[in-house]
Amino acid sequence: MSAPIDFAGLFATPAPWLRGTGPHAEMVLSTRIRLARNLREVPFTHRAKDEQLHGVLARVGGAVQASPVLGGGLLLKMQECSAIERQVLVERHLVSHELGDGARPRGIYVAKDDRISVMVNEEDHLRLQSLTPGFQLAEAWALADAADDELDGSLEYAFSDDIGYLTACPTNAGTGLRASVLIHLPALVLLEEIQRVLKSIMQVGLNVRGLYGEHSEIMGNLFQISNQTTLGRSERDSIESLERVTKQIIETEERARERMLRDARTQLEDKVWRAYGTLRYCRSIQAKEVINLCSAVRLGVAMGLEGLCPLRVVNELLVSTQPAHLQRLAGEEMAPPERNLYRAQVVRERLAAAEREAGESRSS
Amino acid sequence: MLCQICGKNPASVHFTEIHDNTMSEIHVCERCAEEKGMHTPAQQHQFDIADLLAGMVDSMTNSEEERVGHVVCPRCGLQYSSFKETGRLGCSECYKAFQNQLKPLLRRIHGDTRHRGKAPVRGGTAGAALRHVQRLHDELQRAVEREEFERAAQIRDEIRKLEAEARAAVPGSPS
Ligand SMILES: [Zn+2]
Ligand SMILES: [Zn+2]
Repeated sequence: MSAPIDFAGLFATPAPWLRGTGPHAEMVLSTRIRLARNLREVPFTHRAKDEQLHGVLARVGGAVQASPVLGGGLLLKMQECSAIERQVLVERHLVSHELGDGARPRGIYVAKDDRISVMVNEEDHLRLQSLTPGFQLAEAWALADAADDELDGSLEYAFSDDIGYLTACPTNAGTGLRASVLIHLPALVLLEEIQRVLKSIMQVGLNVRGLYGEHSEIMGNLFQISNQTTLGRSERDSIESLERVTKQIIETEERARERMLRDARTQLEDKVWRAYGTLRYCRSIQAKEVINLCSAVRLGVAMGLEGLCPLRVVNELLVSTQPAHLQRLAGEEMAPPERNLYRAQVVRERLAAAEREAGESRSS
Repeated sequence: MLCQICGKNPASVHFTEIHDNTMSEIHVCERCAEEKGMHTPAQQHQFDIADLLAGMVDSMTNSEEERVGHVVCPRCGLQYSSFKETGRLGCSECYKAFQNQLKPLLRRIHGDTRHRGKAPVRGGTAGAALRHVQRLHDELQRAVEREEFERAAQIRDEIRKLEAEARAAVPGSPS
C-alpha cells in the first residue's frame, strides 16, 4: 500500500487487484466500485472546452491533495504519458479506453492506498474507483464511499434531490454507481452450464460481460458481473443484490468443481498440467493463448493441485503479458510476431522464478 | 465480416453483451482486440451505452420528436436532438431543461425516476433529511416483508423522531 512515486514506480508494482488475496480469491479476481461524479459549474467533459478541463484537473487535484484518504498519491496527466504508458494503465484496469486515448486534458490520480484512484475528465469529470483483490464488496464500497465524502467536502458536485448525481449519460444518473466483480467460472463453462447461469444473472437485472473468441467459444472463462441500474435503489441495495447473486454463482461453480474432481479427476489434472507445461516451455505465444492456459492453471491452483505456482503469479501473467506491458518492459515497440517471442520468454521466466521461490521455501 | 474498429481485417474476436434480455455483438479483428487490450472483459464498457440509448430514444414517435428536438438547454446550448444522437447530455442543467423528455427515458432505463442513494454532505441538509426519511420508509417496508418486526418497530420509532425534529426546526433557517 505504499504510494507509487512515478510511472516507473507504478509499473514496477503489480496492480493491487492481482494479489490473489481476499475472500474467494480462488474464484473472484477483483471487486470494483466506481462512482461517477461531475462538477456542477462545468459542462460535461465532451462539451467542455480544453481550458475548462484543465480547470477541472486542477480543482480535483486540489481536492485530492486535501483528502487524507486520497492525498499524497500520484497524478498522471494523459497528455504527458506516451501511448504505451497510457495503454499500460488500461491493461491494469486503472484507466478506461476513453481516458487512455490521451487526446484531451485528462488524468488519473492513484491514491497512496493504490486500491483507490480517480479518473479525471473521462465521460464524467470524476470517476472515482476502488479496485480490490478477491470478493469484498463491502470493503471496496467503504473505500470509495469515504473517498467520495472527502472530495465532496471541497468540490461542488452536480446533484439534484430527485435524480441524484447528474451524469453525462443518463444510464449512470442517480447513484453513479457501478459495482462489479470479475469472476472465473471454468467448471461451469466446461460442464456447459454457463449459458443457463448467465441467463439467470441477467434475469435478476444484473449485467454480465464475457469474452468470446472465434465461433463464439468462451475465452479465459472470465466474466464481469455488475449492477445495471443506478436510479431508484440505494447503493447498499445495489451492492447487496450483486453480493447475493455472486455468492450463489460461487456456490454453483464450487459444486461444478467438486463434480469434476469426483468424475473426471485424471482428465482435469491432465488438462491443467498440459496448460502449465505449455506456459513453462513455450517459445512463442499469443495473448489469447496465455489467457486460456492461465485459466486452466488457475483452476488447478484453486482446486489444490500440488506443485503449481501461486494464484498471484497466474493473475499477474494475465496483465503482464498484454501488449503494452510487454513493450514497456522491453523498453521498445514491438510488432506482434516479435511480441509473441518475448511474451513466451516473460512467461517462462516468471514461472521459473516461482518454481525457484517454492523450492527455497521448501528447503528452508 | 470486417473488423468494427479498423474496418480492414476480418473480424475474428466477438464480444457479446447482454442488455435487457437482448444480445448485441461487437466484432473486431485479432489485432485490434489485442491492441485495444480487449482480451479482458472488464474493459468493454465503451461499446454499449450509446447503442442502448439510441434504441430507446428511437422508440419515440416522429411528431413527438419534432416537438422536443428543438428544445435547447439554456446553460450549455445543447439541443435535445443532439442528445439523441450522442446519448450524452451537455451539462447538469440539461436535466432540468429536458426533464419532460428525460423522465420516461430514465424510467425505461432504470425502472424508476427517484434517487434513493447517498447525497452530498454539503448539498443542503433539508434535502438530505428528507431522503433519509424516505430511505427509512423503504427499509421499514422491507423489514415488514421479511417479518423482522422488532427491526420494523425500531425503524418506525426513528422515523417518528426525525419527523418530529423536522417540525420543530425553524423553516428557512440556514443549514
Ligand atoms: Zn481491426
Ligand atoms: Zn446543458
